[in-house]
Amino acid sequence: MNFHAIKAIYRYEMARMFRTVVQSIVAPVLSTSLYFVIFGSAIGSRITEIDGVSYGSFIVPGLIMLSVMTESISNSSFAIYFPKFTGTIFEVLSAPVSYAEVLLGYVGAAATKSVIIGTIILATASLFVDLEIAHPFIMVAFLLLTCVSFCLFGFILGIWADGWEKLTIVPILVIMPLTFLGGTFYSISMLPPAWQTISLFNPVVYLISGFRWSFYENADVSVALSLGMAITFLAACLLFVRWVFKTGYKLRT
Amino acid sequence: MQTVIDIRGLTKTYAGGFEALKNVSLAINKSEIFALLGPNGAGKTTLINIVCGMTRLTEGEVLVDGHDIVSDFRLTRAKIGLVPQEMPTESFETVWNTCRFSRGLFGKAANPEHLEKVLKSLSLWDRKDTKSMELSGGMKRRVLIAKALAHEPDILFLDEPTAGVDVELRQDMWNVVKALREEGVTVILTTHYIEEAEQLADRVGVINHGEIILVEEKERLMREMGKKQLTLHLYEQLDRVPPALGKYNLELSDDRQALTYNYDTKGEHTGITDLIKELRDAEIRFNDLQTSQSSLEDIFVDLVHKA
Repeated sequence: MNFHAIKAIYRYEMARMFRTVVQSIVAPVLSTSLYFVIFGSAIGSRITEIDGVSYGSFIVPGLIMLSVMTESISNSSFAIYFPKFTGTIFEVLSAPVSYAEVLLGYVGAAATKSVIIGTIILATASLFVDLEIAHPFIMVAFLLLTCVSFCLFGFILGIWADGWEKLTIVPILVIMPLTFLGGTFYSISMLPPAWQTISLFNPVVYLISGFRWSFYENADVSVALSLGMAITFLAACLLFVRWVFKTGYKLRT
Repeated sequence: MQTVIDIRGLTKTYAGGFEALKNVSLAINKSEIFALLGPNGAGKTTLINIVCGMTRLTEGEVLVDGHDIVSDFRLTRAKIGLVPQEMPTESFETVWNTCRFSRGLFGKAANPEHLEKVLKSLSLWDRKDTKSMELSGGMKRRVLIAKALAHEPDILFLDEPTAGVDVELRQDMWNVVKALREEGVTVILTTHYIEEAEQLADRVGVINHGEIILVEEKERLMREMGKKQLTLHLYEQLDRVPPALGKYNLELSDDRQALTYNYDTKGEHTGITDLIKELRDAEIRFNDLQTSQSSLEDIFVDLVHKA
């Protein structure tokens, strides 16, 4: 194992985050705070409770997931796409590193950033609403699984993209709708039966549901199923990344 | 002489069917400066990229210090430093940080003393805290060399390292390359400046259309393939070369004021004495003469043209 390489990539990526602290941390925290103000206070005041939880508190897990998912994809896709774009990727490709080490460096750093953002948003949310975390370890497990899975997904996206448009098109046209329709701001049980069934095809539903359960023990689907789906998504991303490195897809000619 | 890079029957065919390398075999000796010359698209960069691990080979094998570049990639890549043809730099990163990153990436523990030595040798020490984007093109090129040397490689690939740099900087880089050779580093250089190969190389390889067409010691190459030219500046204009001198294949200049005679440096008998005697017999007088020897560039152009 080339630990020096993992450390070098990780440290380099973390330095990039601190160099762009406003974009990396302040911006997602600010936008999430605005969600709290608009949905939690303005609209939430007209909705009393969902499953015995005040609306402001109810949306906290969903908002954390929303930020964590979008930031994970954005951070890791940019981390690998930018060296491809500038040509500095040659150094990683010619270095004595395995794909696992490259992943640990890039995805590890991107996931760390996402966890930091998630934690800050959680702390910020506690300023607006009353929070309780019924199962803190499961909450951390869901948070980590989601961060790593979406960072892996972003990594794949960054490798696949051969232009800035492609880099942004998937998060905007696919991930954002899935996240908004995945129960961030509502419970799936509030939807008409047909839409409830359709929602079950949205993988984000399982992540948000499981994460919310760790807070309030309320879930749209069973926690075991949520956990299973999260692990399946992680495994699928890992397998795809392994294939990318084995074949050199979009990296090596 | 110990072989440090052994390329055997290397073929590279790209997805579109273009065959960039055709059964290339080449041995690079330890601690030599090897210049790989060839026109654009000849396969130089493909060859380098395969040895460094950025491009996959189609057929053949490459051994670096006896280790296969595919199965033992960790060992082989750790020994190699690469300065690419393009100038990709991490624009927002400082010189020091980007070099530290390179060292770590290649599996070496931090060593500020070594980085300091490298940066000083490339006159970059006073710019160590400068972001790459604030550096000139020549300075960026130096940073790339510093990054390649950060992990103390045994083998250094320089893919057109002095393209676009000024004369002074080029001389500095040549000195760095010579110093590396003295330290035992093997240097493989591709360049469009044949003068560079002439100045630096111990051996020269010429590649064209994906095939190695020649590998030779530079001195021997210039001795064996180099031609000499004798130019005689005539006292009076000449209408034509007298038929009696036809065997010398003399060329009359456009102003009919000079005769040029090409002779082979390999030959024991150059024919110069006989030519001068016969010119005197033909009452052709000259008031000056000069000789010139073909450069590596002439030899290279000749080789590529023939191929």
